[in-house]
Amino acid sequence: MRDSLHRILILCRKELLAILKDPRSRIVLFVPAILQSLIFGYAATYDLNTVPYAVLDQDHSAASRDLIAQIEGSGIFRRVLQLQVPQQIAPAINRKQALLVLHIGQGFERALTAGDSAAVQLVLDGRNSNTAATASGYISTIVEGFNARWQQSHGQGAAPLRLEMRAWYNPNLETRWNMIPSLIAALSMLQTLMLTALSVAREREQGTFDQLLVTPLRPREIMVGKAVPSIFIGLVQASAILLVALLWFRIPFAGSFLTLYTSLLMFTIASVGIGLAISAFSANMQQAMLYTFVLLMPMMLLSGLTSPISNMPEAMQYLTLANPLRYAIEMVQRIYLEGVGFAWIVNDLWPLGLIAAVTLPAAAWLFRHRLV
Amino acid sequence: MNAASGVAIASAATQWQRLRALIRKEARQLLRDQSNILVGIALPVILILIFGYGLSFDVKNMPLAVVLEDASPTAHDVVSGFYLSPYFTPITLASLHEAEQLMLARKVDGILYLRTDFSRQLAAGNASIQLLVNGVDANRGRIMQGYARGALAQWAAKRASTGAANPAGAVTIEQRLWFNEANNSTHFLVPGLIVLIMTLIGALLTALVMAREWERGTLEALFVTPVRATEILIGKIVPYFGLGLIGLTLCMLAAKLLFAVPVRGSLLLILLASMLYLLVSLAIGLLISAAVKNQFLASQIALLTGFLPALMLSGFIFDLRSLPMVVRGISRVLPATYYVELLQTLFLAGNVWVLIVRDCAVLAFFAVVLLTLARINTRKELD
Repeated sequence: MRDSLHRILILCRKELLAILKDPRSRIVLFVPAILQSLIFGYAATYDLNTVPYAVLDQDHSAASRDLIAQIEGSGIFRRVLQLQVPQQIAPAINRKQALLVLHIGQGFERALTAGDSAAVQLVLDGRNSNTAATASGYISTIVEGFNARWQQSHGQGAAPLRLEMRAWYNPNLETRWNMIPSLIAALSMLQTLMLTALSVAREREQGTFDQLLVTPLRPREIMVGKAVPSIFIGLVQASAILLVALLWFRIPFAGSFLTLYTSLLMFTIASVGIGLAISAFSANMQQAMLYTFVLLMPMMLLSGLTSPISNMPEAMQYLTLANPLRYAIEMVQRIYLEGVGFAWIVNDLWPLGLIAAVTLPAAAWLFRHRLV
Repeated sequence: MNAASGVAIASAATQWQRLRALIRKEARQLLRDQSNILVGIALPVILILIFGYGLSFDVKNMPLAVVLEDASPTAHDVVSGFYLSPYFTPITLASLHEAEQLMLARKVDGILYLRTDFSRQLAAGNASIQLLVNGVDANRGRIMQGYARGALAQWAAKRASTGAANPAGAVTIEQRLWFNEANNSTHFLVPGLIVLIMTLIGALLTALVMAREWERGTLEALFVTPVRATEILIGKIVPYFGLGLIGLTLCMLAAKLLFAVPVRGSLLLILLASMLYLLVSLAIGLLISAAVKNQFLASQIALLTGFLPALMLSGFIFDLRSLPMVVRGISRVLPATYYVELLQTLFLAGNVWVLIVRDCAVLAFFAVVLLTLARINTRKELD
């Protein structure tokens, strides 16, 4: 037992040295994780803060100017064009000068004063329908505010019904708050998986793996020795991104670090298991990398990182059950934002344990039994 | 015919022969390894299915707990809109505590809460309804707020039109979503998918292939032959260009036949733009591998500079207009940004020449610069 531990430790040290001895590898393992969490922290948001829009006001009335002023006053909409005729709408949208055109027709104010409903036309660029829907939501809110004020100043009193809205865990509903905690899991997995996938494949390609197999090291020990350094690097990467979230973006951390690191450890073990299994299965580095990639892309896309899992069709939702990233993102978000304890993440922890329990022994077995 | 031009013709002929031999060798090498085929053909198919059927921003059937402490007919009438809406799947509950438990367990995404004295307050003209949403998915939370507001506004409008004595006017919005009337997110995801696949085949595959030759020293072996560096590069580019075109064809077929994404612009222009972008991403791959000459580093850099930015920074999912200046600057030097714009326009909007000419010119510029850089970095010399 002591001997075995000693052998594993030596292998771990050798692996860490092999990964970190090249200064370029050191840079490529740590700098991008931090840079990316910074860049994507700003980029990965569904919130809009500047929407270029154009106005076609054919009413030229006090009411229409008031409506436009309220849109302008929101600070989100930036008027880039003042249109004169409806024919100008198409080019403004087609050329992407404006994301939306607000068309206020003649008789707008007359209809309002007469107590009818006064329609304004909103033309949106649907090339990205998600962005368009968000912008249209902002406009509806503004129009609602306009209506309430108009009704109040025209003798109807306040609206009889108010909707008070509150959001748990993320009071201003900022996308960044859920995106960056997800990145802690997603970005660290990306590189860790690739790193692990290369570990055995590189030795196979260079022929040193056969030498390793004839040493007293058992396949199980090789497996542990290869896994531990990758797990270590994965956790360091995750910590770097966590620091960016805490110190740069200042997203309040609601949970406990013990829970967070337990779940990250479990997740990293599971992803390293997948990486090792790929590595043991591949004949050379190129194969290992390509297999990793073929797995990584669906794992990233079906993890709930960019679009929610509950939007997917049921068959796909079942598929995501085999995806470690899905559990990790859910856990990290819940621990980080909701502050939940172990009781709530058990359901995410055991599938990860299961993935590790299948992939790690499979990798150890494949070390000796790879067909070809 | 004089002797000099005879030699020139002969050398042109041998040059052509050399090039053909190189291309044949590369193509064979590509076909021999099943992992290449996996990335070139199987991965596009997998991604097409995921993008077409898996990803969707169209929120429907959000589970919502409706807590009616006031079970009067008026209260039921107010929330009836939620039960008819395709966006919500409401569960009626009697206590807020129960609802909060469901929200904690993530069984519901939001809580609509009507207090005991709701109908009395409504009669007094001062009622309020509380909507609690789970903000962990901010986007979903906001969508939910929007739909809830809509459902209540509808109720208010209905009531105003039936009962009120002196109605005041209200502005209504007639919304028209151009290019995507059905508001179907597949329509903008599929063009984005093509961008990802082209990036992958171009940058990742070639980066690995060249780096492997550097690592194994087989490129040095090639250097002692009469083959020129340009010919080596062309020999690498041609087969992978072909593989990329196969991927593109698969995507186009799926877009058309499986997902019925409209193609409003010209097919020829889509093909042309894709070829330009494919050249750009091949050049990026060649450049990376020539610069680092190491498979591990090449793959990591291809991942970091190719795949991730194409997914996150190209405007394919996240809108570029909301980015801070610095980040938007980064997205502006990414070739993928221009290709995304081109494809989204060509698929959904049509031939908007101003955009097409500008973006194609930018891509062509990138292709020329990057290919030249790759050529400079692939000198026939040893470290």
